[in-house]
Amino acid sequence: MSTSAAAIPAPAPLWRRLIGFNLLTAVALGVGGYYLGWVLGHQVTGASYYYQADVDENDVALLLAYVLGVIGFLIGLGFLNYPVARALGRPPSLREKEGHGWTRYLGLCTDHKVVGIQYLLGIGFFLFIAALNAMLIRVELLNPTPTAFGPNQYLSLVGMHGTMMMGMMTSGILGPFANYFVPLMIGARRMAFPRIEALTFWLLMAAGFILTSTVFFGGFPTGWTGYEPLNDQAVMGMDSYIIFFALVGVSMALLGLNMIATIVTMRAPGLTWSRLPIFVWSVFATSVLMVLAAPTLIATLLMAALDRTISTSFFITGGGGSSYLFENLFWFFGHPEVYVLALPGFGIVLELLPVFTRKPLWGYRLAVAGMLGVTLLSFFVWQHHLFVSGINADLRPFYMLSTEIISIPTGFIFLCVMGTLWRGRATYTVPMLFCIAWTFNFLIGGLSGVFLSDTPSDTDTHGTFFVMAHFHYTIVGGLVFAFFAAIYYWVPKMTGLRFNERLAKVHFWTMFIFFNTTFMPLFVLGMKGMPRRVVSYATNLVPLNRWVSINAFLLGLSMLVFVTNAVYSLVLVRRRAEQNPWRSKSLEWQTATPVPVNNFEKVPVIDSDPYDYGAPVGAHGVEPLPAGG
Amino acid sequence: MGKRLLGVVVVTAVFGVLIGLYVSVWATQLPGAVTAPTSGAGTTRTANLTLETVAAVGPQLSPQHPDWVSYLVRDHGRWVRSTIFKLPAHALVHVTIYQFDGDSGLRNPFLSEVGGTVGGTMAIDGKSVRSIDPDTASHTFVVPQLGVFVPLQGVDDNAKNQCGYAPCPLSQAHHTITFTFRTRGKGRYRWQCFVPCAAGTYFGFGGPMQTFGYMDGFLDVA
Amino acid sequence: MTETNHFRRLMLLWLIASAIATPLVVVLLGPILPPGNGSVQASGHVTDNTVLLGMATPVFLLVVLYLIYAVLNFRQQSGAVLEGPAVRGDSRVQTAWIVITSIAVLSLAAYGTAELVGNGAGSGQGPNPASVPAGKKLQVQVIGQEWAFTYRYPSYGGVETPHLVLPVDTTVELHVTSLDVIHSFWAFQLGVKADANPGVDNVVFVKPTKQEAFSVRCAELCGIWHGYMFDTGHVVSAPAFKSWIAQQRSVFSPATHYLPPYSTTYNPEPTVRGS
Repeated sequence: MSTSAAAIPAPAPLWRRLIGFNLLTAVALGVGGYYLGWVLGHQVTGASYYYQADVDENDVALLLAYVLGVIGFLIGLGFLNYPVARALGRPPSLREKEGHGWTRYLGLCTDHKVVGIQYLLGIGFFLFIAALNAMLIRVELLNPTPTAFGPNQYLSLVGMHGTMMMGMMTSGILGPFANYFVPLMIGARRMAFPRIEALTFWLLMAAGFILTSTVFFGGFPTGWTGYEPLNDQAVMGMDSYIIFFALVGVSMALLGLNMIATIVTMRAPGLTWSRLPIFVWSVFATSVLMVLAAPTLIATLLMAALDRTISTSFFITGGGGSSYLFENLFWFFGHPEVYVLALPGFGIVLELLPVFTRKPLWGYRLAVAGMLGVTLLSFFVWQHHLFVSGINADLRPFYMLSTEIISIPTGFIFLCVMGTLWRGRATYTVPMLFCIAWTFNFLIGGLSGVFLSDTPSDTDTHGTFFVMAHFHYTIVGGLVFAFFAAIYYWVPKMTGLRFNERLAKVHFWTMFIFFNTTFMPLFVLGMKGMPRRVVSYATNLVPLNRWVSINAFLLGLSMLVFVTNAVYSLVLVRRRAEQNPWRSKSLEWQTATPVPVNNFEKVPVIDSDPYDYGAPVGAHGVEPLPAGG
Repeated sequence: MGKRLLGVVVVTAVFGVLIGLYVSVWATQLPGAVTAPTSGAGTTRTANLTLETVAAVGPQLSPQHPDWVSYLVRDHGRWVRSTIFKLPAHALVHVTIYQFDGDSGLRNPFLSEVGGTVGGTMAIDGKSVRSIDPDTASHTFVVPQLGVFVPLQGVDDNAKNQCGYAPCPLSQAHHTITFTFRTRGKGRYRWQCFVPCAAGTYFGFGGPMQTFGYMDGFLDVA
Repeated sequence: MTETNHFRRLMLLWLIASAIATPLVVVLLGPILPPGNGSVQASGHVTDNTVLLGMATPVFLLVVLYLIYAVLNFRQQSGAVLEGPAVRGDSRVQTAWIVITSIAVLSLAAYGTAELVGNGAGSGQGPNPASVPAGKKLQVQVIGQEWAFTYRYPSYGGVETPHLVLPVDTTVELHVTSLDVIHSFWAFQLGVKADANPGVDNVVFVKPTKQEAFSVRCAELCGIWHGYMFDTGHVVSAPAFKSWIAQQRSVFSPATHYLPPYSTTYNPEPTVRGS
């Protein structure tokens, strides 16, 4: 670097540095777009110009406002710059001119590692808001009659919690970890579509913000499933839900597309499909589901929006439509969606177990077959959500069969977990603890799913807290536990810093214990007759509900332990981590920390899968391998 | 750099907490409960509840939704927009409803019959009836947990001097409906209107029907 | 330790635990899944859930016992940090697992189907039910509206009542429909659940066997008072039912006068769109 002080120009004043395509401009243009849409909407519907008047039912204005707001937001971030530049004849280029330092994280950045960290923080923020809603729900359920919240506001809290969690956790593992690590694991320098990658992140952030704004418009009463015709009746807050899920759908589809393109076309030489890390296989399977399922959701929501605004009757029986159409379209998306939530969990656990048991992954082909089997079958089971709806009675045995069959490939994953643990030399680090907890939780979630897939049994438990317990065990006990395993495992690579071990263990044990004490009783509540989404319940269920609420608060506190650990270790203390603290043989750990911008100086040539652990069978007492090898 | 990062983290956390606070405050907004004046004691306790139903609640009583239909309750000589009524337990409640809204019709004509009141009847403008023509119903006052079903007769479309924005003076076109029912033990009971106002959605039940404090409420019996 | 030792120990542990736990669970938990047992269909559910529980318990024990055993035994011993054996799979184990899980799952599906077609299992079968019990049936219509259920008896002059009363030991054919949004009629002790869709006639069969009160709740989110859409129904003796329905007909005759003729679905006014 030049040492001549005279050659370095004085930095521009702050206000001048803030002009340009960045978050500030994006927010300003977003607000501007919002008001433009609002005014246009009122013009189109012929109502008053004043936005205060007629604010009750002008869905056209609100939908237009949101859409133009999002477009303004994206333009402000600079997403149109490259298409416009190309249209004006400039040559193609891979990346934007990237800034330096922590301000990169606040704008459009085409470095997949930056996008990964943006996702981690952004999703974390919205998960916090959704978790807060969950705490509020449990406050209300302390008493059998509404005492804390009004009945319609309670329904909005329930809806916001579910919708925000589903929308955010869909990209919960793919967003942060697949974006960061898939190129590293396959020996690529970047993802196939870096700008689209950044777009998926910012679409999700805009969506999250739009969903929280539903409180300004009266909330929405339908829960996360958005069933018609209640959807049609709802006040304006319903439009926030519609736009949120539409944006999430677009983000999902693009994220999946990017992953598939990257994994199919950008693997390093020698990295055949049978040497692909199992995590990358799970990302691939998830992406296939995302790309195929999300468009159904977007189309369904468009139809719902048309019903709400221009009086079409897609879903209104009296007008010639059918409420069944919505249910079927929604669940045709909805069921693959929950496998989008489950598959990355499988991938994380199977990826981490070999590292901590110092053995190769047991049953690699079986695990891949399991994931692909789940992916295929997930499109054939959706009517198990509709067993009691009055669908054609002859269809039910078929869907019962298909839903029962999907537990077979899921069982393969469990066999591979057990096989990898067999005679391994395990060290129970925090990521490993979370993997074991995942196995326990997902087992309970999966077994309760078998009960629900059986139509006679489902008659009693459909729409009750039993279903709630089932999906919280699979999604929170499964996916969120895998999410934390991934965080504790990979954040030392992403940041070069170590977590405090003691706080991490406290976090794990409190989270595992309170998770189970919170959600296990929900099975009982469901069997005893408590429906979902109710603000008042039978008085004999009060003690159990109070127990659940108190444990839920304790579960929330355990999350605060994690947040404390994160702030303490990553912001305040900042102890350096080794380059490969887990002695993993996977490719991403062979890079330096921090990972250089172009990932690899030379694209590596792969000659084996990343599970080359272990002494060969029969050679006991083998010398330990050198550290970092 | 560490300090700046900490600054961002703190600002984001504060932002998150503020959102949480706003949501909590919004969610707990309920109209204040209005106590019905009581007299007598023990088994002869009675209470008087005076309500009115209006076609448009007006910007004073509801700045966000001036065009919504609503129930109003008389509290210390003023009309107040509250739907939470405090009533004594095991008492006779005399209800007077001034009905100013036009008719909409009942989706389920079953609700055109009076039920759960003393004598099984109500009085419209002084005349005692057991049911009304369902097409002329404007609103209903129903307490499902007590079995109280009272349909409210609508003001004729051609009536002169109809009320605009609430509160509506008694000089304008209205029906006076009176009935009596008996409360049971302590608890929070709900009441609702069954006439699907707020059309604009196919089945009605939009806006004021599904937002607490207009056409839905609680009876807090103590 | 040689390999067979671990496998044998685990199998023994699992077999003993299953032999103890499964009967315990089946006897203690089975009969209350769900509690109520107020109808032929509800009793069928108890049997069904007991079978499922009986199959789930050994599976649960297998994985949990294995996890505990593995956590305790297959770990890094203190001292040198060693690698584990480089075993990548075992085709015998994999094949056995695939075969056993497939048999278990398929037999469960077959059993569930048999239960389902036996008596309809108390779940809504839509307008063309596939499992229709034989014999005479009492027709009762359940009308869901925002936010209460009302009930019509077409064979008793089409009278509509706010509470459900059924005669014991009679097969009842419930026609569940809605006037506005999707609700779900759930009679807890009777083991009946059928969604109420607007414009759809959802048929469900039930034969109550005990004279008791049962709770009716709405099981599909339908708006602000979904949580308050509950009621208590009664199952009474046949003579008591006859006198009850006669009394209802006289009490509700003004309303019956205005009711539309009985039909399996309704599309009532007002249905105004636009402002």
